[in-house]
Amino acid sequence: MLDLKDLYQEVIVDHNRSPRNFGKIEHPQKILEGFNPLCGDRLTLYLNVDDGRIADIKFDASGCAISIASASLMTEEVKRKSVAEAETIFTDFHELVTDSGQQIDFDKFGKLAVLAGVRDYPSRVKCATLCWHTLQAVLAGDDTPVTTE
Amino acid sequence: MTQPNAAAPSASDPGFPVEEYRQDFPILSRTVRDKPLVYLDNAATSQKPQQVIDALDDYYHDYNSNIHRGVHTLSELATDKYETSRGKVKDFINAASDKEIIFVRGTTEGINLIAQSYGRSNLRAGDEIILSEMEHHSNIVPWQLLCEQTGAILKVIPINDAGELSMDEYKNLLNERTRIVSVAHISNALGTVNPVKEITDLAHAANAVVILDGAQAAPHTQVDVRALNCDFYAFSGHKLFGPTGIGVLYGKQALLEDMPPHHGGGDMIKMVTFEKTLYNDLPYKFEAGTPYIAGVIGLGEAIDYINNIGIDRIGNYEHELLQYATEAAATVTGLKLIGVAKDKASILSFVVHGIHPHDLGTILDHDGIAIRSGHHCAMPVMERFKIPATARASFAFYNTIEEIDKLITGIDKAKRIFK
Ligand SMILES: Cc1ncc(COP(=O)(O)O)c(C=O)c1O
Repeated sequence: MLDLKDLYQEVIVDHNRSPRNFGKIEHPQKILEGFNPLCGDRLTLYLNVDDGRIADIKFDASGCAISIASASLMTEEVKRKSVAEAETIFTDFHELVTDSGQQIDFDKFGKLAVLAGVRDYPSRVKCATLCWHTLQAVLAGDDTPVTTE
Repeated sequence: MTQPNAAAPSASDPGFPVEEYRQDFPILSRTVRDKPLVYLDNAATSQKPQQVIDALDDYYHDYNSNIHRGVHTLSELATDKYETSRGKVKDFINAASDKEIIFVRGTTEGINLIAQSYGRSNLRAGDEIILSEMEHHSNIVPWQLLCEQTGAILKVIPINDAGELSMDEYKNLLNERTRIVSVAHISNALGTVNPVKEITDLAHAANAVVILDGAQAAPHTQVDVRALNCDFYAFSGHKLFGPTGIGVLYGKQALLEDMPPHHGGGDMIKMVTFEKTLYNDLPYKFEAGTPYIAGVIGLGEAIDYINNIGIDRIGNYEHELLQYATEAAATVTGLKLIGVAKDKASILSFVVHGIHPHDLGTILDHDGIAIRSGHHCAMPVMERFKIPATARASFAFYNTIEEIDKLITGIDKAKRIFK
């Protein structure tokens, strides 16, 4: 069992307090909302994709520390990556936060590994994955808001 | 029952043997994440004493059978226990007759029953239903459905910054089109105890029917439906130390007699032909199908348990817990109580500056402390106070001063993490 300190690590507290890539893109190519009815977490993703790469990404959100920090870390992680790379990262990340048996590969996940702690709090997994579900949907061209329920 | 433990401090009522009562609740001796469980989510559901757990077990173990239709011994035993429970409920809320006690799944089903049976047969387009801004969704959505079906209109009594109903606004809303007034006796999101007697009298003066949502009141305060003179009263067994899936709808006999059944089936009929069916007498008219027999019997046991302690004593002790918790919360900087009505039940809803209630809930859970975080099925209350959610600690008579101290320590810990 992970310690609580592993869930609310300094990185999460810091990204919650001063989220990166926070705000709006003026005239974004893509925009999509995500909503977690359980917690009331809300987020809006703004995206510009250029030649199959995420050229710019920003988000606007209100919610718990896990959801804000996760979105902040996600935007840092996927910015300038290709759409295909972003999707692979999400698949791996989803396993990281749900599969308690999995060894945490700190090299592979970098900062994202700090979110592995939610695996011991099943009701909080959706807080960590809301931004990723929204990203996946917006990249797939969906325009209906994402909800995690 | 076990002997009381060496006097653990139990608020200022030293005669209240909280440690003794705690022994009756097996779950209270378990650990959560290697810490002793501190259960402060009683407004969501209460824990069950061994007596209730045994009652469920005994039914399935010793006399499981269907009720009302068998002439064999087991069926008679089960029927007798089931109907005895009805009598206990009747006495518990001081109803006039067993006929006025209808077993339903819970408060939610009780309110839906009134909306669909009484509401659909009595309301027309333009008629008005008055609710309050502090209602649980289960006392909002059934009325919205009814409005869609009938063209009736919802009116909402606003609340002030303390979380109290505005009685002046209520009086203004009442008029000759008002048919129904449906409000919570005690609010689950704020803890406010509403002046339900006054609300009822005013509604009756306007010829409206009154429904009280007693989900939060029945476990904490004496309910006397005849003194209140309300027309309907609904509550849930699981918040009253009884099983989930069983609840009670009280209705005045004269009103229930005139209402059509909401479900058809076995048990609710006297005679069925394809031409005509004769409905059964009260309360069976509203109890179609095989009910939750064990649940009813378990609820009766829960009521016995409460009566043995005394609901007034429970209320007094909980009030001391609330007072202690309120004073302790006032010492936590950045903590703001949501709901500071003059008359409050043992519910503490709050927000802590810079900490989302869900993060607080997780941090407390790590120390074995169970509170609720969220909108508490009362989204309009959150909207009123312009917050997405609150943290809520709600106390039962088996909670202690030490547990409240642990809660405060836990909140301080969360503040250190987020500082
Ligand atoms: C005030 C109030 N009304 C209604 C309900 C619904 O009760 P149940 O879910 O048992 O039907 C609750 C339960 O949370 C409540 O607190």
